[in-house]
Amino acid sequence: MIQVNQLSKKYNGTTVLNINNLEIPKGQSFGLVGNNGAGKTTFFSLLLDLIQPSTGNITSNDIQVNTSENWKSFTGSFLDESFLIGYLTPEEYFYFIGDLRHQNKADIDALLAKHEEFFNGEILNNKKYLRDLSKGNQKKVGIIATLIGNPEVVILDEPFANLDPTTVSRLKKIIKELAENPNVTVLVSSHDLQHTVEVCDRIVALNKGEIVKDIQTSEETLQELELFFAV
Amino acid sequence: MIKNFIYLEWKAFIRSASFGKNLAMKIILGFLMIYFSLIFIGMGVGAFYILKEMHLEPFVTVNRFLIYYFLLDLVIRLLLQSIPVLNIKPLLVLPFKKPVIVHFSLGKTVLSFFNWVHALFFVPFSVVLAIEGYDITAIIFWNLAMLSFIYINNFLNIILSNIDKLFVVFLGLILVLGGAQYYKLFDVTIFTTPFFQGLYNIKGLFLIPVLVLAGLYIFSFKFLKKNLYLDAGLSVKEDVAQTENLSWLNQFGTLGTFLKNDIKLIKRNKRSKTTIFMSILFLFYGFLFFSGGIETYDKPVMHLLAGIFVSGGFLFVFGQFVPSWDSAYYQLMMTQNIPYRGYIMAKWWLIVIATIISTILASFYIYFGWQIYLTIVVAAIYNIGVNSHLVLLGGAFTKTPIDLSNAGGAFGDKKAFNVSAMLLTLPKILLPLGLYGTGIYFDNKNLGLALVAGAGVLGFIFKEKVFSLIEKRYKIEKYSTINAYKQKS
Repeated sequence: MIQVNQLSKKYNGTTVLNINNLEIPKGQSFGLVGNNGAGKTTFFSLLLDLIQPSTGNITSNDIQVNTSENWKSFTGSFLDESFLIGYLTPEEYFYFIGDLRHQNKADIDALLAKHEEFFNGEILNNKKYLRDLSKGNQKKVGIIATLIGNPEVVILDEPFANLDPTTVSRLKKIIKELAENPNVTVLVSSHDLQHTVEVCDRIVALNKGEIVKDIQTSEETLQELELFFAV
Repeated sequence: MIKNFIYLEWKAFIRSASFGKNLAMKIILGFLMIYFSLIFIGMGVGAFYILKEMHLEPFVTVNRFLIYYFLLDLVIRLLLQSIPVLNIKPLLVLPFKKPVIVHFSLGKTVLSFFNWVHALFFVPFSVVLAIEGYDITAIIFWNLAMLSFIYINNFLNIILSNIDKLFVVFLGLILVLGGAQYYKLFDVTIFTTPFFQGLYNIKGLFLIPVLVLAGLYIFSFKFLKKNLYLDAGLSVKEDVAQTENLSWLNQFGTLGTFLKNDIKLIKRNKRSKTTIFMSILFLFYGFLFFSGGIETYDKPVMHLLAGIFVSGGFLFVFGQFVPSWDSAYYQLMMTQNIPYRGYIMAKWWLIVIATIISTILASFYIYFGWQIYLTIVVAAIYNIGVNSHLVLLGGAFTKTPIDLSNAGGAFGDKKAFNVSAMLLTLPKILLPLGLYGTGIYFDNKNLGLALVAGAGVLGFIFKEKVFSLIEKRYKIEKYSTINAYKQKS
């Protein structure tokens, strides 16, 4: 589904990301772990054509993301709060994204009803604009919005940060459900090794922009990763 | 301790986004500042002689209208002058005593633009008074009183800022008083003029405003100190949200989706609401030109200039900052399945609709004759056909994020100046003036109007071509725009 070729990103001569070759097959749930500055967000930004690569390219479903925009119709993403429109209510935001993804109101309502538990009664019909919601609740809105229109690629940057324990376990359930669908490729980045191991089939660890580990998840994966990051 | 504060303020000042820009912008900014200062000073100096020429006693006349002056000042402050609340937060947990923090925050508002701008009028006016033989000590006392009134407004704004929509009350008060005076029902100035005049005539009367000011300062101090908690005075007010469907816009497809969003954008954010306010001001700007009050403005070419501003107020104050209005969530827009053209087109329609509404509202200028209104309509055609495209094109170069919650900066966001955008403003104004001038050269006003309208129609005909061009520009600038919007000011 996603193919990375000779990709690198440099800022003023400093290489922040350098991936020679990486292939993420369709239907995989892919976890990206690493310390601050490892290049996780840079990779996702490149994948979403928000920044330009210094060399190389990424193709998604055989579409090179920085030359064609056709990947947008099957990709859902949430990197940070700047993906939210602060002056809208959550409902308006969902309908807005729904309009852009050619979903009608009933589709959206069905999706929202499905995730009512995840919202925990704090999102819908609350007479609050998105800008006035807490960080955690904003995140809930952003995550569910990525699912609108049944995208084939779902990209979530640090989805577990800022969420309360109950919501984290509900989110894991949602991601696992997505991962079970053979048509959906899920990409998740996190600082939290345990959560990532739990929801992903495959884990790639980045360090200073380089891939330092690439493992299929198994019983020993968490230990292996913890050992690797313990200094 | 004060030293630390001043250090912080100095850093805040020199590191603000507006300061670090290039030299050319600073020079342009400098010129603008000087230009506006000169206008104010000119008003201060000129007021005396103009009033005298109108066979009015200048000083009494100024005193007569001071009540309106200060009321209007209060309205403008309530609308635009924001209180630096957020800067206080990080100081709370540091070893500063609360009174120091409060004194400092209040002291900071004293230096605000909204205060010293008045000096540009009062100082030259007083100098002229002194030259014309008024008693100098009395003038100084009078000025002290004026100064007190300005700062009374300053502190009133701080105390009242938490009350929503209060400016409407004061604006209403001005309109009612003004209307009553105009129709000779009730003249408030009969009561206020002797007081303001007394500040000059009666020794010691100036102490009243000074004492009121002192009292108000103490009150604001206590008020702020008592409310120096995150859940009290420092809380950011949350609006009660209302979900709006605006479903009648659905029939326009993607265009409707964006229009819906833009309408909410304008309605729900302080910064964008001020554009509506500014557009209304622009609507009345024409009076200066058409009423014949100012001789140099009362020329056909100047009339067209006025027409462009009257019909295009929204175009200039809103269009100029496309796409910065969406800066806060620009990354979202760039990852969604949106054609650029649809996005730009929606903004274009918004501008066009606003221009048409302004033009219809401006029909009260028919009072000055049909020729005047025809000029406005022609200017509107030019605005729709040419200027609307130009502002959108200029937007591709505007890379300053807009903080929607902040009302400040509505007077031409100084941060958003850049050379390429500046260059694009020239054809917006000079080209139609040139075309119109050509018509006048042949001694035919209507030929001039036809030329300007023709340019507008041509622009409209080539709309699709122009949009392709704009779209291309936006795509080229995409990455640097995303990057720029990430730098929060």
